[in-house]
Amino acid sequence: MTFFLETLIGGLLAGTLYSLVAIGFVLIYKASGVFNFAQGAMLLFAALTFVSLQEQGVPFVLALLLTSVVMAIGALIIERAVLRPLVNRSQITLFMATLGLSFIIEGLAQGLMGAQVRALDLGIDDVPLFFGEIMVSQFDLVAAATAALLVIVLALLFNHTRIGVSLRAVADDTRAALSIGINLNRIWQIVWAVAGVVGLVAGLLWGARQGVQFSLSLVVLKALPVLIIGGFTSIGGAIVGGLIVGAAENLAEAYIGPLIGGGITPWFAYFLALIFLYIRPAGLFGERTIERV
Amino acid sequence: MRKTLQYSLVASLVLGLQASPPEAWAADDAQFIPMATYRVGAYASSGIPWWAGEIDYFRYINEVEGGVNGVKLVWQECETEWNVDRIVECYERLKTGQDGAPTAFFFTHSTPGSYALMEKGAADRIPLIDGGGGRTESTDGSVFPYAFPILMNYYSQASVGINYIAGREGGLDKLKGKKIVTVYHDSAYGRETQAPMKLLAEKYGFENIQIPVADPGNEQSAQWRQVRQIKPDWVFLRTWGVSTPVAIKTAARFGISVERIVGDVWAGSEADVIPAGSAAKGYQALAPFPGGTAFEIHQRLKQYIIDQGKSDLKDTRYFGEVYYNIGLINAAIAVEALRTGQKKFGNRPLNGEEGRWAFEHLDIDAARLKAIGFEGLLAPLKLSCSDHEGGGAARVQQWDGQQWVLVTDWIRADHQLLRPLIEAKSAAYAKEKGITPRNCAAER
Repeated sequence: MTFFLETLIGGLLAGTLYSLVAIGFVLIYKASGVFNFAQGAMLLFAALTFVSLQEQGVPFVLALLLTSVVMAIGALIIERAVLRPLVNRSQITLFMATLGLSFIIEGLAQGLMGAQVRALDLGIDDVPLFFGEIMVSQFDLVAAATAALLVIVLALLFNHTRIGVSLRAVADDTRAALSIGINLNRIWQIVWAVAGVVGLVAGLLWGARQGVQFSLSLVVLKALPVLIIGGFTSIGGAIVGGLIVGAAENLAEAYIGPLIGGGITPWFAYFLALIFLYIRPAGLFGERTIERV
Repeated sequence: MRKTLQYSLVASLVLGLQASPPEAWAADDAQFIPMATYRVGAYASSGIPWWAGEIDYFRYINEVEGGVNGVKLVWQECETEWNVDRIVECYERLKTGQDGAPTAFFFTHSTPGSYALMEKGAADRIPLIDGGGGRTESTDGSVFPYAFPILMNYYSQASVGINYIAGREGGLDKLKGKKIVTVYHDSAYGRETQAPMKLLAEKYGFENIQIPVADPGNEQSAQWRQVRQIKPDWVFLRTWGVSTPVAIKTAARFGISVERIVGDVWAGSEADVIPAGSAAKGYQALAPFPGGTAFEIHQRLKQYIIDQGKSDLKDTRYFGEVYYNIGLINAAIAVEALRTGQKKFGNRPLNGEEGRWAFEHLDIDAARLKAIGFEGLLAPLKLSCSDHEGGGAARVQQWDGQQWVLVTDWIRADHQLLRPLIEAKSAAYAKEKGITPRNCAAER
């Protein structure tokens, strides 16, 4: 029983790290209906920028602020150079644009800041904590707390600020929002900038765990099943989806893995997502859309 | 405005092409070396120092020694991002050489690439060289005349790992009853040591437990929770890329002593330990390609290449990193093979068939290692028709938090034990493909 509980709790905590990545996708999808394939590249770019600044002797907080500014400037450039020229194009066109964008950002990140693997020390010891016989990672606890804090901040942003109300209006009905004078381009800029900052937070936590290197951009692969399960339009869904994926893949690896040769975590998350697609195609918290055909 | 921009782009492209020729234009009196590189993408952090090491050594040979017995080396890179399809494309494009300079061998730098090219290499008569990797049974050159898992195949890596652990335990007889867990990358590379580990476990009586980590391996709590439950005496870590630092950190989190973990050849570079921070201090790894600059060849390169600003390294802080030294060692093996071939065929560029003869007669003994400045960096190497590995030894290095420190001399694999396993697999391959094995005894 202890092993089961420990695996479950460890999986839930690991899942919050997946949620952090998924939230970046949700923000952009809610505001523009675009599945941003470049989110992983943004995460890599943010983490590399932060580490590069720290290597130049920039203090932690200042590096955090400067990286946020860089991500905001990047958002402005993306909106102006990629999204605005493609406004009113189909969703698949925008998706393909973000696919191309991901290669550009990855290349730019490595070209400007180098391809070497860098260590990232956030000052959080990755040591075990024991609650009775159950072992929990201190790092995972901090990551979960960070995810919770981020969700609270985003909830405040969306529900209690003028920008947030505008964002929700665009997400609910873009044409209606435009008709009452909401500046869609400005909203996109803000959303991409916020997604960049979310990418920074996720990049720092993942970077501290595995080093800041190209493979950071691959953590988006963990976010896809989370989004399918939680829904593409709900931040709460991203959190719940992450928890489900984290817990399920850890339990599956521990209990089913040994029976079929192990190494099942990556595909098991997608297997789970496939089941959800059969039962609830919009995800647990996604908006169901009805279209006239 | 738009036309001006277009003209500028075309002009830049033309100028760019003119300004960036290959290292030297190939000529028919030069030896051509195709290079399947990966300087961008997921594995760039390994590839950049690797090819800097190779290119620096080739430049040293050309500029300081005047080429290999006067034959200049020219090379062309293909960027593959370590993708098999691009490695195959690179091979197809460059297998016949360039501008009259022939290709004598093709370094695949990739086990999947070696598998994909196995039959093509044999058909085209181009030796495929894969130092520290490749298809293990291709060690048997009687069935695989054009494949060379040179230096140290995967079976040897398992055997050396166990021999090192036995040394730490006080002898091979002390392995009886011990629990040795292998945490491996769930791929052809990772699974390659399962057969020799089973054999070694049967012989020495230790408990052999295999736990896979699926690619990319950036979350391994489930695996290391299992390891903690097993309470192993030793862990043999056969991961690759990001899965190595994540493994080291996760092991520490689960209270598994890093000093009881032995990494294999491809889990023992700076890129594997630096991201793991303090958790990696004390981690050991097999090193057929040791890190460091305390070798004679590094003094020569520093004098003639690094200090002259001729290095391919953009940042010379990485001079002597494990991957840089891997490049150096691969390049030295290539050059020594060319010298060997030239003794038979004359001081001229070699083709693929001659390249195969050269590799099969390669003999780098201790005296030769000293002469070329590789003493301590490379184990003596002697290949033959039936032995395309030629070495099968590694030192062990330990990470002290700042750098790798060599903690053993060369440890050899148990070839006598492993050879029947290799021959059984190569015989099965020969049967499947209808190959009549060469008579190596008659070719001596």
